[in-house]
Amino acid sequence: MSDKKPERREFLFTATYAVGVVGVGAVAWPMIDQMNPDASVKALASTEVDISSVSPGKTITVLWRGKPVFIRRRTQDEIAEARSVKMEDLKHPEKDEDRAKDPEWLVMLGVCTHLGCVPLNDKGDYDGWFCPCHGSHYDTSGRIRKGPAPLNMAIPKYEFINANTIKIG
Amino acid sequence: MSDNEYIPKSKFGKWFNDRLPLLSLASHLTDYPTPKNLNYWWTFGGILTFCLITQIVTGITLAMHYIAHADMAFESVEHIMRDVNYGWLIRYIHANGASMFFLAVYIHIFRSLFYGSYKSPREIIWIIGIMIYLLMMAAAFMGYVLPWGQMSFWGATVITNLFSAIPLVGEGIVNWLWGGYSVDNPTLTRFFTLHYLIPFLILGLVVLHIWALHVPGNNNPIGIDIKKPSKDTVPFHPYIVIKDAFALLMFMIVFAFFVFYAPNILGHADNYIEANPMVTPAHIVPEWYLLPFYAILRSVPDKLLGVIAMLSAILILAALPWLDTSKIRSAVFRPLYKQFYWILVADVLILGYMGAMPAEGLYLLIGRVATAYYFLHFLVILPVLGFKEKTIPVPLSITEPILGGSSNLALAKNKESLDK
Repeated sequence: MSDKKPERREFLFTATYAVGVVGVGAVAWPMIDQMNPDASVKALASTEVDISSVSPGKTITVLWRGKPVFIRRRTQDEIAEARSVKMEDLKHPEKDEDRAKDPEWLVMLGVCTHLGCVPLNDKGDYDGWFCPCHGSHYDTSGRIRKGPAPLNMAIPKYEFINANTIKIG
Repeated sequence: MSDNEYIPKSKFGKWFNDRLPLLSLASHLTDYPTPKNLNYWWTFGGILTFCLITQIVTGITLAMHYIAHADMAFESVEHIMRDVNYGWLIRYIHANGASMFFLAVYIHIFRSLFYGSYKSPREIIWIIGIMIYLLMMAAAFMGYVLPWGQMSFWGATVITNLFSAIPLVGEGIVNWLWGGYSVDNPTLTRFFTLHYLIPFLILGLVVLHIWALHVPGNNNPIGIDIKKPSKDTVPFHPYIVIKDAFALLMFMIVFAFFVFYAPNILGHADNYIEANPMVTPAHIVPEWYLLPFYAILRSVPDKLLGVIAMLSAILILAALPWLDTSKIRSAVFRPLYKQFYWILVADVLILGYMGAMPAEGLYLLIGRVATAYYFLHFLVILPVLGFKEKTIPVPLSITEPILGGSSNLALAKNKESLDK
């Protein structure tokens, strides 16, 4: 008897702690998860954009999920410049062919991958974009070339519904 | 201390005090023996308490008129400024009060650094102080977001994006903080809630800070342990109360100057433009009190390492009681430390200036050197100095150097030999 009693008690303690931890976790999770993007935010997942009025060399900016998306109609020079870059020169190597389905149209999130500012058009050392916050330079394909940003500007999911309309998301 | 012996005079007082010893606490606080050589640098604890109360009172009144919604926040702040009776005054006190709070806390921290107040047996006071400082930065940052101007929005974007530097889970954490895919209404409402909560957390920590202080008692300008109560101490009331009150008045003159004559000088004009997620202002700068850390963030060319460097710059302070190996507290008796102390002050000011300038060219270079020196001070100079430095003998008591005695003579001699 005297040998067994402590073991039973230890088992009970351990079981109580375990149930307690699970219980606290089960109550804590809703409190944490309520801060995640809610159903109404997730519902605004796609936007359709009319691009018929964009002439070569111009960029329009549209809002998608609260973030700006750059839609640039690139000139032949810009396409040539983007495609002639060697992969070794890139911090985040990506081919321009993989970033722009239709070489004339570059569709990407206008969000600097450093700390989320909106880079400026036609600025910087690589004829693309320049982020005024901490000095990141992007090329005509939106790839990071110089500065603190670690990645190229992201390409969202998009498709051409017809020649004049792009659906983002 | 007298609280154990304290017996209230009135019958009701005794009856009450036996059930809840509030009168004993009041007696402890008024009689609390304080070193009699405390200088004006010691008045900033009281000034900081005043700052906290000011922020809470003005904050609660502003919250009666402010609307935490992305479509209405900016207008509601303008409504406070133009329509609400004395709204302009309350808001300017609150906005400049944040700056005054940080001004006072920096003086308070640098006083600790000079007189070695963080050393044994006051490590816990110091660490609670660092926690208060961290919460102050969080509260100030979230408060700055509430007017929903351009600087609010982009400051929030940049700072929350710091978390995206964390590998693998960074993106998820940022979306969780935002409650969406960008800084938006859900972000604003939660920031308002937390901005309202944090001052009360700070208040709780202030109680612990003072409680922990009352265990060993105040450090003092010569940094020696003193007997309490003794010839070296005076009661807190009225001696320290009147000194604190005078210093507070002087501080309030500075405070009032900003509120009435230059209420926007510490802010940014861009924050009077409503938040626009499509356009980033040309030059994003945090408030002046965060600039040194901002300079450290920008001086590292790698995103993750930059964030780590910035956080370490703050957290390294918590380890200070163990990084400083010298047993002598006050810089008065540490001739070398005194010089390094002033170099550190200059270094932090330089970092602050570089944080306000664009991150390029010479500014960036100086910022990098200053960042390197900041860490060098805490990680190399302080630990080594404790072993290498030849300190000046400390007096045995506060009265001894004044009334004369052998130690005083030795001190004078030592100073002479150091001068040679």
